[in-house]
Amino acid sequence: MTELPTIKPFFADKQDIVDEILGRYPEYGQRSAVMPLLWEVQRAERHVNEARIAEIATILDMHPTEVKGVMSFYSTYHEQPVGKYHLQVCATLSCSLAGADEMYDYLVDELGIVNGETDREGRFSLQKVECLGSCGTAPVLQVNHTYYECVTRSRCKHLLETMRADTLPEPWRERGGDNVGVEKAQPVKSPGAEGGNT
Amino acid sequence: MSDAVADKPQAITSRHDARYKVTLYEHVGIDNAWTLDYYLEHEGYQAAKKALTTMQPDDVVNEVKKSGLRGRGGAGFPTGVKWSFMPKPDGRQRFILCNGDESEPGSFKDRYILEDDPHQLVEGLMIAGYAMSATIGIVYIRGEYHLGYDRLVSAIKDARAAGYLGKDIFGSGFDFDIIVHRGAGAYICGEETALMNSFEGLRGNPRMKPPFPAQAGVYGRPTTINNVTSITSAVHIIKHGAEWFASMGTDDSKGTKLYQVSGCVNRPGVYEMPMGATFGELIYDFAGGPSEDAKAFIPGGSSTPLMPFTDEYLSAPMSYDGIAKKGSMLGTGGVIVIPKEKCLVNFMWNCVRFYAHESCGKCTPCREGVATWMPKMFQKLVMGRGEPGDLELIENMSNNIKGTGFCVHADAAMWPIDASIKYFRDEYEYLIANGVSKYPRTTWWKD
Repeated sequence: MTELPTIKPFFADKQDIVDEILGRYPEYGQRSAVMPLLWEVQRAERHVNEARIAEIATILDMHPTEVKGVMSFYSTYHEQPVGKYHLQVCATLSCSLAGADEMYDYLVDELGIVNGETDREGRFSLQKVECLGSCGTAPVLQVNHTYYECVTRSRCKHLLETMRADTLPEPWRERGGDNVGVEKAQPVKSPGAEGGNT
Repeated sequence: MSDAVADKPQAITSRHDARYKVTLYEHVGIDNAWTLDYYLEHEGYQAAKKALTTMQPDDVVNEVKKSGLRGRGGAGFPTGVKWSFMPKPDGRQRFILCNGDESEPGSFKDRYILEDDPHQLVEGLMIAGYAMSATIGIVYIRGEYHLGYDRLVSAIKDARAAGYLGKDIFGSGFDFDIIVHRGAGAYICGEETALMNSFEGLRGNPRMKPPFPAQAGVYGRPTTINNVTSITSAVHIIKHGAEWFASMGTDDSKGTKLYQVSGCVNRPGVYEMPMGATFGELIYDFAGGPSEDAKAFIPGGSSTPLMPFTDEYLSAPMSYDGIAKKGSMLGTGGVIVIPKEKCLVNFMWNCVRFYAHESCGKCTPCREGVATWMPKMFQKLVMGRGEPGDLELIENMSNNIKGTGFCVHADAAMWPIDASIKYFRDEYEYLIANGVSKYPRTTWWKD
């Protein structure tokens, strides 16, 4: 951390953001701001490095090790920069029943990187993650902040093609049950007669 | 299907009942349902107004107690009783903390409320806050729910601008505001004491109880923690009355609940049904039946013991007691239907890996058992290197892990393993004896 003075502090020109985040919490609970501050850095820089950790520690009057202790507890803060498109494959039960393992293998083949890696151009990162709360629309692929649900092989291919052209498609809203609107979720009479999700 | 309703002929225990009406998910899935305008057009904030202007805080607690609402996050503790544990106001800040860290595999009900109907949660928090004289509400929302976070934050902003949050709401003299806090991907933060630590900017390890959160919770101040759906249920209890809520369900499980179906069914999704409806009704009548031969199902999220896909279990009512009688738990109501051709050992390996990844490492049984040795054993089996005695070793480990962990995570990881061995021992034995799975199919991805 001796290189600190050479890096421009992240929050130097963002006092309004710091004030807004600290202002959310009571004065006796300022330490709560550690997670939102980490989020803020990561959103802008796609990772949180040692210098930023030290900076957050100074703002909150904590030791840098404490901040790092919090950060390392969670799986969505990164110490190394992730690519422009951070592909997060849900690998847990329902998604695995819907082919998430094959989707992961497909992405490994296509991108030439494995879990936790970023490609040479910094375009793609691949990560296996745990349940994303999208079990009814499995398998799910989270790209940066966006959920892509019911990702079939052809959709996955399409997604990769658009990302290689530096764009992201609008997420299709796949839903089932009452989450498509109550009136559409009426009972079916004959078991197993209908197909599809929507 | 009707044996559960014998003693209470009038209770609604099926969604086919003409008297049943969807409430929690009434507006989910509708465009712009997340806006304040839409919410106000649909009786929005009327329940909060009723509570704040015509009821005393104790009346609200009693109403929720009378309704029979039990916690919807999994443990099933009576919500009204929990609310009454808050000490008398003593000048300290009090908090109502909403657990929106939904991360149990198989559960996805809260996500759609946060995304499509965030005002419902805001209103529920107001009511809960008023009932317990807590002037600050906190929503801990899991970090991956970006859309839900954005919608909730803007809902709170709109509500504040319109005077539904802030000082002296509805002229009642009650002040209330909400803090939204994002998690960052840790299953254990759904455990209430770990959640408080995480909120306070500490590592998300569970805390010792006692002291219970009502005595010393967030920042050491009185706190009550409820699941998103428990809090939104309170809106409808106040709106329609405790009797309405108690008119649904069985003796020990009242009201309406969100069930989630995923896995091999034709119409996966969230379905709101009265408590006491059967798995058969959910899976066949609403989810359209299994999309291929099924052999088992998980009744309430990955930590509840799985059950065989047979009429005996499918006819069980989905209530706390009804499922307990069959040796499992209601949990979050997240049903996962497991296809016949899926190797169950492989399925459990996925589950074991999940709990290993999410162990916080605080206590030895969980760190060494759940997070280290159990996945090693399962990996060995799945790789086809299993030996005679391995299954007994797994059972032995499970028995020594259960009940020894600091929090319930270790137990929750072992219950499904026990059940899978109980019902599908043959698959384990086949794999150990032959080195290959009885069901070797590996292609599940749709084109």
